[in-house]
Amino acid sequence: MAFLDRFRNPNLTFLAHPHPHSPDKPILKVEGLTVEYDSGAALENLTFELQRGERLAVVGPNGAGKSTLFKVIAGVLRPSRGLVEVAGHEPGGHICIAYVPQRTQVDWSFPATVADVVMMGRTGKLGLLRWPTHHDWQLVQQALDTVRLRDLADRQIQQLSGGQQQRMFIARALAQEAELILMDEPLTGLDSRAQEELFSVLELLHSQGVTVMVALHDLKIAGERFDRVMLLNRRLVGIGLAETVLNPVQLVDAYGSHLRLLPVVDGTLALGDSCCDDGEHDHA
Amino acid sequence: MLEVLLQPLQYPFMLRGMAAAVLVGIVCAVLGAYVVLRGMAFFGDALAHAILPGLAVGYLVGGGAREPLFWWAMGTAVVSSLGIGAVSRTARIKEDTAIGIIFAGMFALGIALISSVRSYTVDLAHFLFGDVLGVGTQDLLLTAVFGGLVLVVVFLFYKEFMILAFDPVLAATLRLPARLMDNILIVLIAVAIVVSLQTVGVALMVAMLVTPAATAYLLTRRLWKMMALAAAIAAVSAVIGLYLSYYFNVASGAAIVLTCTAVFTIAWVATSLNRRIRAVAR
Repeated sequence: MAFLDRFRNPNLTFLAHPHPHSPDKPILKVEGLTVEYDSGAALENLTFELQRGERLAVVGPNGAGKSTLFKVIAGVLRPSRGLVEVAGHEPGGHICIAYVPQRTQVDWSFPATVADVVMMGRTGKLGLLRWPTHHDWQLVQQALDTVRLRDLADRQIQQLSGGQQQRMFIARALAQEAELILMDEPLTGLDSRAQEELFSVLELLHSQGVTVMVALHDLKIAGERFDRVMLLNRRLVGIGLAETVLNPVQLVDAYGSHLRLLPVVDGTLALGDSCCDDGEHDHA
Repeated sequence: MLEVLLQPLQYPFMLRGMAAAVLVGIVCAVLGAYVVLRGMAFFGDALAHAILPGLAVGYLVGGGAREPLFWWAMGTAVVSSLGIGAVSRTARIKEDTAIGIIFAGMFALGIALISSVRSYTVDLAHFLFGDVLGVGTQDLLLTAVFGGLVLVVVFLFYKEFMILAFDPVLAATLRLPARLMDNILIVLIAVAIVVSLQTVGVALMVAMLVTPAATAYLLTRRLWKMMALAAAIAAVSAVIGLYLSYYFNVASGAAIVLTCTAVFTIAWVATSLNRRIRAVAR
């Protein structure tokens, strides 16, 4: 049965968890990361670290490289130069990272129920040629409970509201047993109630020690709801507490001509991120 | 009524043809779910046409014998399917352009080869539109074996193929071997096409891959249900199509495809009406 043993060797990446984690290392370490497309550099010389359980907001104008950064961390895109380590190892081979796509990039008419999509998260743990067991369906149910979608488990995914769709993908990340969740513009198109529900789920993830990285447009929310803020415009303009990062000098640096600085009564500045197409306005 | 149904079945060629058409319908419909969901209809159509030179060479070499035709077609299908993938990955042209170039070139080569033979038109017509009533026992066996193989692979990689169709980024983060799986899917389509050649022929092949699956897509909300319903639609259409072909004396491949198209049209009208009624009720 040597052949079968080899086939089930955990080093075969799609069959099992290939990389052991080094618990003393930061969950994410990025050093000198550069990504170049044919059209030019999308990311230049990024260096930062992320600790376990941290909540990081990533802000910056459109085209700042937020999606590119997420895809490199997820291991979908290869960096041109630099080092990316997830829990002390290269990203290629980690199934503990979950990438929540922008809603516009999903084929919502796909014939799948909410539970089907969440079960997709289990595929990495299951491995090839194995079907979901009772245990896997239980984990899916639990994940749906956590994001309060249990009642909608059998709905076709198109029948969900925008906020429910985001929470479904978080449930998929939970079913995947992800330790680092990357969310690309999850708030776009959500009303304030749906945003609140999303944040209460993120709060729950935080209490479970899951690390989250969220790309945002809204600087106010970035400052209020996250431990640290990263200001990105192809290069890293700043990373740290919102009070220190989101200062006028660095904001002009990041947003450049897209920025409007408005003096207001209490002496702070209101910023209009005029590049946003759906008329959102950010305040700081 | 019973007489009408039973009369054609007294001919062994009719029974063999029906068995082949049902088998082929099921295999193509199940695989067709992925063709529809991934937008590969043009690829499937092109691949079917690209087989023609293989058929022609097999025909010229084998002098009309059936079995070499099958293997030549299989070889050509697998090579050109992987070739289309390779060209679209490496050349700086879009995938559908690469498909168009290879498809037309291969098809022209096939016609050129066949036109060098005297009985040109009859043979070409069989290749293009199928000859389901000419299915022999050996053909039926090959169809069953390879069609069954396609279904087994689709079953084994069900969850992986589903993720690749729905969310390639998830596939990448889960470390699924995407390139390998894509190539497996392409080869499966190639095999399904070869298996179906005698039933519907090169020119109508794409209908078997796309129409029943698209009909089921309108009516279901889960992938496995879509596959099951598509298979049922294709099998029933194959039987009805052959009866129509028998009684109205029309080409069998065309009759089967027209039946599939009619079922799709009914489903499409019904679902659009249903949606409109619901919109009004709201």
